[in-house]
Amino acid sequence: MSDHEVAILGVGMHPWGKWGRNFVEYGVHAARVALEDAGVAWTDVQFVSGADTVRNGYPGYVSGATFAQALGWQGAQVASSYAACASGATALDVARDRILAGRCDVALVIGADTTPKGFLAPTAGERPDDPDWLRFRLLGATNPTYFGLYARRRIELYGASSSDFAKVKVKNARHGLSNPNARYRKEVTEEDVLASPIVSDPLHLLEICATSDGAAAVIVSSMDYARAHGVADPVRVAAISTVTPTYPNTVIEMPNFATDSVAGTAPPETTFRDSIAAAAYDEAGLGPDDLDVAEVYDLSTALELDWYENIGLCKEGEAERLVRDGDTTIGGRIPVNPSGGLACFGEAVPAQALAQVCELTWQLRGHADGRQVDSARVGLTINQGLFGHGSSVIVRR
Amino acid sequence: MKTQIPAIEGWFTTDDEPRLIGARGVETGSYFFPKAIAASRNPAAPYEEREDALLGRRGRVWSWTTNHYAPPEPYIAPDPFVPYTVVAAELPDEKLIVLGQLADGADPSTLAVGGEVELTLGPLYEDDDHEYVVWKWRPV
Repeated sequence: MSDHEVAILGVGMHPWGKWGRNFVEYGVHAARVALEDAGVAWTDVQFVSGADTVRNGYPGYVSGATFAQALGWQGAQVASSYAACASGATALDVARDRILAGRCDVALVIGADTTPKGFLAPTAGERPDDPDWLRFRLLGATNPTYFGLYARRRIELYGASSSDFAKVKVKNARHGLSNPNARYRKEVTEEDVLASPIVSDPLHLLEICATSDGAAAVIVSSMDYARAHGVADPVRVAAISTVTPTYPNTVIEMPNFATDSVAGTAPPETTFRDSIAAAAYDEAGLGPDDLDVAEVYDLSTALELDWYENIGLCKEGEAERLVRDGDTTIGGRIPVNPSGGLACFGEAVPAQALAQVCELTWQLRGHADGRQVDSARVGLTINQGLFGHGSSVIVRR
Repeated sequence: MKTQIPAIEGWFTTDDEPRLIGARGVETGSYFFPKAIAASRNPAAPYEEREDALLGRRGRVWSWTTNHYAPPEPYIAPDPFVPYTVVAAELPDEKLIVLGQLADGADPSTLAVGGEVELTLGPLYEDDDHEYVVWKWRPV
């Protein structure tokens, strides 16, 4: 499948935080770090693929052009993508396909956000035909509401405990301690987690990811360009999955009031979340046993456990055992979220799926100082965006 | 006394035994809720006609969560804020899961997956003239 691969020449981030500045500033910083990392001049970039933010007005809706202008117009072609939390993977997919189609050699993929304090809220105004607005108005169904429903389900079905969930936070906090781009770099104990206020029962404040400012950028190129550029063995993108659900989708998901019905039509063999990684594995010709490291979207501690099962690290109902046994800690069988994950970053929506790719690139290069997974050769990211966006990237070396 | 009116028109009936108003595909027999907004299409019957369908009043708890912080607008929270519970209930005949707040006065600590709940109406918020009501799940 190597003729379907593209090279990751450079990666860069602006540290996550609550900086309160314009998102374009963060993006320009991340782009310059990535360009320098790649040894590619901005004026040589032929295509800019932006991951949009919907919380910063018009410039956020045309992020590709916004960043191109901020870096200095140089005539590159451009596209901008929005896929909620999956935006970064979608933007990467657009750039990759353009390279594989032979329509450009080297591209910048970029996402940045400035977020408001507190819960992410729907677009303002009276919007009674927008399910995202209605779920807040009629139910008070915040994002953590859905995370709470999933967490409670694990307790009821699999005998999970709050202590199991807290262990995920303890692990991720330890992983992120030395990550210079992480917002929270502080060790926490199970007791700290369980003593923090409950947000959406059974989940505590320290188990639900915050919203952050941040930016991530990736320089991708054709394998020929990489070789000509003197990079013989780059980290490569082996697969990208951007699948949507298959009807009927039987899991209650943001921003929906109800699932699809299975009364008239049988459900698909795999659930939506299982299908996301399955499509990536299929494209790469790899499976869960091939993974050395994974970055999963831990919007909540319990959701990280769901992902273990969705990406095939264990059978359904067995994820608690993995975190109890230390399997997903650095040094364990299959380390998950060596970056510290969303637990240490908080979420900067359009940058987050790209941040996952940045981390795996450092891991596969052996440059993840203080959090390196031994001899990592294959890594997978997984994430899901509101309104039915799958997102999974497999990188290998 | 304030007049009670639905917080949204056309989503539920307001009689003594309230029902959710969904839709039913006439070919496949699939159900949809709400009937009009962002409802999924069945790709096996893309041009299927739908008829209004009153959904069954009873369901079984799929999961639940209690929110301890006031959500942002457009939720209209009482001041001082009162925690509320959101229940996901599975309807046995329609074979779908529907979210709803837990009925006022019901104790979330009595909930369990598989426990039976019934549809009721309850207050969501009020203004000077009206109390706006919405569907809620009440343990049976």
